[in-house]
Order: sequence, then C-alpha cells, then structure tokens
Amino acid sequence: MSEYEPVKKVSLVCAKGGLEEVYPSLIMANGARMEGIDASIFFTFFGLNAIIKKTHNNLKVATVGNAALNMAMPMLKMPITIPFPTLLGAIPGISNFATWLMKNEMEKLDVPPVGEFLEMCDDAGVEIYACKMTVDMFKLTMDDFVPQVKGIMTVGEFYKKSAGAQIIFT
Amino acid sequence: MATREIAGATVEVDSDGYMTDHKSWNKEIADAFAKEQGIDELTDRHNIVIEFMRKEFEENGTGPSIRKLNKQSGVSTKELYQLFPGGPAKKAALIAGIPKPQGCI
Repeated sequence: MSEYEPVKKVSLVCAKGGLEEVYPSLIMANGARMEGIDASIFFTFFGLNAIIKKTHNNLKVATVGNAALNMAMPMLKMPITIPFPTLLGAIPGISNFATWLMKNEMEKLDVPPVGEFLEMCDDAGVEIYACKMTVDMFKLTMDDFVPQVKGIMTVGEFYKKSAGAQIIFT
Repeated sequence: MATREIAGATVEVDSDGYMTDHKSWNKEIADAFAKEQGIDELTDRHNIVIEFMRKEFEENGTGPSIRKLNKQSGVSTKELYQLFPGGPAKKAALIAGIPKPQGCI
C-alpha cells in the first residue's frame, strides 16, 4: 500500500528527568514497538531518575525556569498564550500540583505512571539501559535500578547497540 | 471506499485495508486476515484478544489500548506481542475486523 521505507530501529536518549521530559521517551519507545519497530532507551544524566527505584514514581513537572509552561492546564481553563509565572512556580507545592494535573490528564488518555510504563515497555520488548558515566558519577549500582533495566552501558556500547538505528535525543 | 474479496465474501475496507463495517466480519474472514499477516492459525489465546477488541469497539466505538488489553482481557502485554508479532494492536484490530487504532499508546 505505501511505498516508503519504514523505520526499523530507534535508539532514544533520555537525558532529563522531569515528568514532561521522560514521558516522550517512553511513549515513543512503546509506540515504536506497537509498529513493530525495534526500540531501546538509553537513560543518562538526570534522566536516570526515571529508572531509579527510589525516584521513578516521583518525577515532577518543572514549574520554575520552564519557559513553555502555560496556564492552559485543565481546571485552570485559561488561554495557552498566558505563561505560567516562574515566581508562582517557586511556591512550595506548585510543582506537585502541576504534576498531579498532568498525571491526571495522562491517566485519562490511558498513559500509565512511569513505573507501570517501564514494565509495559519491557514487556513490549523495549531495551532499557543506564549510562555508565552518570551511574559512576551518582555512585549507583544495578541494585538501585528498576528490574526492567537490562544493563549499564558506555557511550561506545550505546553506539554499537544502535547500529542501523535512528538515534533520537528527547 | 474500496471493497475487497476475502474468504469468499466481499467487504468494505479503508485505505489501510481495515474493515469499515465490523458487522460483516466472521471467523473465516479473521482466519484469512491472520494468514495474510503471517499468523498460520488463530488459537484460543488469539480469539480472546479478538473477542475483547470487538466487544470494546462495540461498547466504546474504539479498540482498546495495549494497557487495557493487558489489564482486562487476561492476555499479558508480553504474550500479546508473541501472538501478534510486529504490532499487536494494529494486527489484532485488522484481524478482528475493526478500524485501525488511533491512539499513540
């Protein structure tokens, strides 16, 4: 039916650990598997928070220094053109509130919480890796990670693993 | 709207080959679609998924997400990928005679 050459393999790099920064990697990796595309995610720097047992279910939406954050959040019912004031974002609890709003909306769209999403990705055949350099910097070991993490890789190993893949930095 | 011959019947399909009227679906059509997708035989496990998808579609007007299948159909995500290799939601919808799933999840 279609004549284009489909993507066969993707390698995603997730370097940031905000909830709104981790979801895209998970959605794109899972979505790739749904299309029969091989997928792996390489978590690095603060992106590691998404796969650390103690932090992965407590990721937050950044309400400070997030230039694109706006007032179009549900319930607030304000236009998307009004930015969310950074000063407000610094008030204790505001980030939790924004996170709660986003999680609520995600649930309505049938997007699971991060922990369940990692399980879903793993079951779907997404390969999940942690970056060796950041793991060393944060003094972490495999025991700190959720069981879906397949291993700790260097950048070189990541590139080797990504042979023939489209590499996507989210 | 295009039509195609499958398992001795003429059915209406969309541009991606998905049936547009799930009521004209039957088991023989399912078998024929499955063979085209490289699934030689539809087992009881396949049929659980197919029936769940059809029921969901009839109730909600859209097929279920993989998450819902995992939680409610009794077939895990892992098994789902084994049953329908290369894209479970898409392939199962095609075989079940319902439209292509529109969600990203």
